[in-house]
Amino acid sequence: MSPDSAPILNVSKLVKRFGGFHALDGLSFHVLSGEILGLVGPNGSGKTTAINVISGLYAPDGGEVVLDGVSIGGVASHKLVHRGVNRTFQVPKPFLSLTVRQNIEVALAYGRAVGTPPEMAALLEQYRLTEVADRPAADLNNAQQKMLDLVRALATRPRLLLLDELAAGLNPTELDWIAGHIKALAQSGTAIIVVEHLMGFIEQITDRVIVMNAGKEIFEGKLAVAVRVPQVIEVFLGGEHAA
Amino acid sequence: MPSSFKHTLFIVLLLLAVFAVLPGVYQNHLLLFNFVIFLILAQGVNIIYGFTGYLPFGYVGFFGAGAYGFAIMVMHFQAPAALAVIVGGLVGVALGLLLTPLLRLSGAYFAIANLAASLAVLHFVANPALENITRGPYGVSLTGTFNPTLAYAAALVVLALTLGAVVYLKNSRFGLALQAVREDAVSASMAGVDVVRMRVIAWLASALVAGLAGGVYAWYLSVFYPDNVFSGDFSIFAIVFALFGGVATICGPIVGVIILYGIYNLIGFTTPQYFQLIYGLLIMGLVLFLPAGLVSLATRRGWHVP
Repeated sequence: MSPDSAPILNVSKLVKRFGGFHALDGLSFHVLSGEILGLVGPNGSGKTTAINVISGLYAPDGGEVVLDGVSIGGVASHKLVHRGVNRTFQVPKPFLSLTVRQNIEVALAYGRAVGTPPEMAALLEQYRLTEVADRPAADLNNAQQKMLDLVRALATRPRLLLLDELAAGLNPTELDWIAGHIKALAQSGTAIIVVEHLMGFIEQITDRVIVMNAGKEIFEGKLAVAVRVPQVIEVFLGGEHAA
Repeated sequence: MPSSFKHTLFIVLLLLAVFAVLPGVYQNHLLLFNFVIFLILAQGVNIIYGFTGYLPFGYVGFFGAGAYGFAIMVMHFQAPAALAVIVGGLVGVALGLLLTPLLRLSGAYFAIANLAASLAVLHFVANPALENITRGPYGVSLTGTFNPTLAYAAALVVLALTLGAVVYLKNSRFGLALQAVREDAVSASMAGVDVVRMRVIAWLASALVAGLAGGVYAWYLSVFYPDNVFSGDFSIFAIVFALFGGVATICGPIVGVIILYGIYNLIGFTTPQYFQLIYGLLIMGLVLFLPAGLVSLATRRGWHVP
């Protein structure tokens, strides 16, 4: 794939505090259109907080989030969705009592997708939800709920898609299958940020990773290189392994 | 027109027709009027609770405010009754606007804050210092507008409008988005839904419904005290009736009112000494065995309930 050179998202010196705790402490990075960027780091390093700030769930306490040259820090989530930002959740959050089809209908109706809106039937088919389309989302298994979460996001035609541990809990066959879909989305121009603990999956799909620790970036580059950097090894495995 | 929509329309029109004809064949008009009032209030609760998940324990606040809006228009401005009813509805909306900050709360906190707000409105209206405006605790007596027949007809019109609103919610993308907000506000915002706006619209719509109902109630009674129109029983009954039948449907609250308010009056006439016992057992049984209301008996079998 060939990401074009214009960064769609620029995050600079981002700060998010919860009481005295700095969940994000000066995080800076950028993503290009068509690129798949991995955010990795130990638990509590600020990956999900970063996604929550970029997707408008939290307002930042400092720094800037710039989408297509416009500052979006603190803008309400639904407005960001209309500007082409969307995400999935670590624990999928479908509308449980609504049917799968109704779940998607809400996003199709309110997402204000730019250009031709995606088609319900195609989305259902691509993400293997056709057979359960008229069942309440509560009846789906975890993997299906994750796919529904993803389809809800895709129905709004995002240009920047944030995937929070989409792969966790999927079996190897499903992982290969979803990896193919994510790569295809990037090839069509969508910028994708992937937060993930499964390093094999990250290796398979990302162009570049940011390794985070304590709310900051400690490494940027290829995952294959990251695993040989002492500082990265230290935060993942503890100090004595770094030598 | 889809068949489910036809069924809905049939049920709604049948209900309105029955209540339009009944005063001609049944003498207890006050009872029929109260039925209509509770049909309206239960649907009002349905709008805010069934479609957004906010349980309005102080729902009567809007009802009482509407009744006093009506009374003040008639007493001080000699307004015609129909206009005063509309103002009653608008007073409900104004109170709803004033209380929109409550929507930041959720669950029991919202319910308690709403209850407190309705009590605050009661004590505001009943304040002897406002005697010149509201007649304070001494109650209002409206001469000149008293016309139970017209008031009953107006109540039917309000019921028709309310049912129309619920039919719209049940069959529109707007209603679907409201239900999405109820299920998960964060996910709804990520579907592009303006959560705050949706909640405020539903809240004001249900306030309007209760305000209009309060207006026609004041018209029908013509003589009442603050404690009558701000009685917590209105909130509790409307909520229990709606829940008993099943919220987020059109039929649920209707069924709830017909059965529960019917039994309420039946016991009240025949064996009032057992009233609390029977009623309490009925509600406990419902909460334990049919938390989603009577209509869930049908939906569990896969039947579609409008």
